Amino acid sequence: MTAAIAIRGLTKTYRNGVQALRGIDLTVDTGDFFALLGPNGAGKSTTIGILSSLVDKSDGQVRVFGHDLDRERGAVKAAIGVVPQEFNFNGFEPVEEIVINQAGFYGLPRDEGRRRAGELLEALGLADKRRAMARELSGGMKRRLMIARALVHRPRLLILDEPTAGVDIELRRGMWQFLREVNQAGTTIVLTTHYLEEAESLCRHIAIIDEGRLVERSSMRALLDRLHQETFVLDLAQPLDVAPVLPVLGVRLSDPLTLEVDIARDRPLNALFAALSEAGIEVKSLRNKANRLEALFLSLTARGAAAECRDDGAPHDPA
Amino acid sequence: MTPREQFNAFNTLLTKEILRFSRIWVQTILPPMITTALYFVIFGELIGARIGEVEGFRYMDYIVPGLILMTVITQSYANVVSSFYGAKFQRHIEELMVSPMPVGLIIAGFVAGGVARGLIVGLAVMLVAAFFADLALHSLFLLLAVALLTAMLFSLGGLINAVFANSFDDVSIVPTFVLTPLTYLGGVFYSVSMLPGFWQQISLVNPVLYIVNGFRYAMLGVSDVSIGASLGLLSLGVMGLFLWAHYLLRSGRGLRG
Ligand SMILES: Nc1ncnc2c1ncn2[C@@H]1O[C@H](COP(=O)(O)OP(=O)(O)OP(=O)(O)O)[C@@H](O)[C@H]1O
Ligand SMILES: [Mg+2]
Repeated sequence: MTAAIAIRGLTKTYRNGVQALRGIDLTVDTGDFFALLGPNGAGKSTTIGILSSLVDKSDGQVRVFGHDLDRERGAVKAAIGVVPQEFNFNGFEPVEEIVINQAGFYGLPRDEGRRRAGELLEALGLADKRRAMARELSGGMKRRLMIARALVHRPRLLILDEPTAGVDIELRRGMWQFLREVNQAGTTIVLTTHYLEEAESLCRHIAIIDEGRLVERSSMRALLDRLHQETFVLDLAQPLDVAPVLPVLGVRLSDPLTLEVDIARDRPLNALFAALSEAGIEVKSLRNKANRLEALFLSLTARGAAAECRDDGAPHDPA
Repeated sequence: MTPREQFNAFNTLLTKEILRFSRIWVQTILPPMITTALYFVIFGELIGARIGEVEGFRYMDYIVPGLILMTVITQSYANVVSSFYGAKFQRHIEELMVSPMPVGLIIAGFVAGGVARGLIVGLAVMLVAAFFADLALHSLFLLLAVALLTAMLFSLGGLINAVFANSFDDVSIVPTFVLTPLTYLGGVFYSVSMLPGFWQQISLVNPVLYIVNGFRYAMLGVSDVSIGASLGLLSLGVMGLFLWAHYLLRSGRGLRG
C-alpha cells in the first residue's frame, strides 16, 4: 500500500532567511492517525503549509498517496483537506456558504455541496449557525467550521494544525470522537497538538520536529512505554560477561563494568538490589540516565497536561 | 480537474463574486449612477449648452459613450482589486490556493466577476444617460466587443494591482494616479482634434484614448482613431495582462511564502 505521506529531504528557507526545515524525512501510513509534535517555531506549520500548497518548498520530495507534489499538484490537492492554525475564512460570509463554496472550488456541483455542508455542519454541532456570519462564531465554532470546510470534498488525508487550541475540554472530547469516526471511516489524519492527552488518546504514531529536524518517529505506545520507565546506569566492581537476569523491564550490559537497567517509575528499587546481592554483583555507584527525548516530549506537552489536570479534575500522570 | 469540475469551480467563484458586489450595491452600483447623472447635469446641460456641437453631435450626446466606458473601466478595476486584495488580506484566498483549481481558472473567475460588475454598472449608467441624451447605436457587435474587452482588461489590471499591493493604500494608488488621469485625458470629454498639435501627439500614446474612441465609434460612428487600432490594442492588452497575471499567481507572488 502506498504511504499517505512520503517526505524526503524536505527543506525550507523563507525569503527572510529563516531556515524553517533542515531536511525532513517522514512517512505516514495510509489509514494512520498521526501526531506531529514540536516546540513553537519547530517547523510544523511550515511542513503542513508545503503539503497543502500554501508554502513553496525549497528542496526535497513530497508524495501524497504516491502523487508527486511537483508533477501532480492537482491530484495532491484533491487528496488533502487542511485545517490551518489560523482562521482563514471570510468573516463576512455565512457559515454554510463558506462550506458550499469550498465544495465548488473542488469541482462539486452546488446541490451536492449543499447536501454535504448540511451533513457536516450537523455532525459538528453547527447546524443552528448555518446562516450566521462566520465572524459571529465563537473560537471553538470557527475551528469546527474549518473542519467542516476541510472535509467537504471527502479528502483521503485530513491535516489539522492545532485543531483544539482554545477549545474547552467538553467540546474537545466531542471533536476527538468526531475525528476518531472520520479516521475509522478510512481517512488518514495528521494533527499537531500541545495536549498530551490528545495525542495519547487519538494518535497511533508520532513524530517530533525540533528546529526543522525530525528528532523522533515512533508509535505512541512505544513512546509512552519509554516515558513510564526510568533507566539507571550501574557501575560494577567486577566485570560481567553476560547481563544477569533481574526483576526489571530491561537489562543491558553496555560494557563489562557498566550495567543499564530499565525500571517502571512507580516500582521501588529494593527488589533490584536484593536480586543483585543474591547474584553476588557488587554495585559501586548508581546514576540516573538522562533521557533527552523524554524531557523534550514533556516540555512539548506539559502545558497541555497541566491544563488537563485542572480541567477534568482527574490527575493525569504526566510521566 | 475534469472540464465538468472546472465549470463547477468557475461558476462557484463567479457566483460568489457577483453576490459580493450585489450585497453591497449601495457602495458599488448606486454611486456611479449618481456621479454620471451629475456629469450630465453639469457638463451636459449647464456647460455643454455653451459648447455647441462636437463632430456634428450635441455635446451631451458626444460625451455619453466616454462616460459609460469610464464607468466600465473604474468598476471592473475596483471590483477585482478590492475583492482579490481583501481575500489576500483576510487570507481566504487560501481557500482557492488549496483547491485543485488551475491558476488560469482562478483568474478567469475573478475577471468574470469584474466584467459582470463593469457591464452591469455600465448598463445602469446607460439607463441614466437615456434620461439626458439621445442614445445612438452604430454597431451593437462593436459596442459589446469593446465593452467586454475593456472590462476584461481592467479586471486583469485590478488583479495584478492586488497581487502587488501590501496595504489598502496600495490598492488606490493606481486608480488615483494612473487610471483617473489617463481616463480624463483619454478624450471622454473632448475630441483630440480640439487640442493643439503637440497635445494631440501626446494624447495618442494614451491607451485609454483608443478604448474610449472605440466605444464612441460603436455608438456614434465617429472616432479620433481607427476602430481596428482600438480593438487590436484591447485584444493585445487582455492577452498580455492575462499572461502576466498567470505568471504572478503561478509563482505565488505575494501569496506563498
Ligand atoms: N511566512 C514566514 N516568513 C518567514 N518566516 C516564517 C514564516 N512562517 C514561519 N516562519 C518561521 O519559520 C519557523 C518555523 O515556523 P512554523 O510556523 O513552521 O513553526 P511551528 O512548529 O508551526 O510553531 P507553532 O507551534 O508556534 O505553531 C519559525 O522560525 C518562524 O518564525
Ligand atoms: Mg504552527
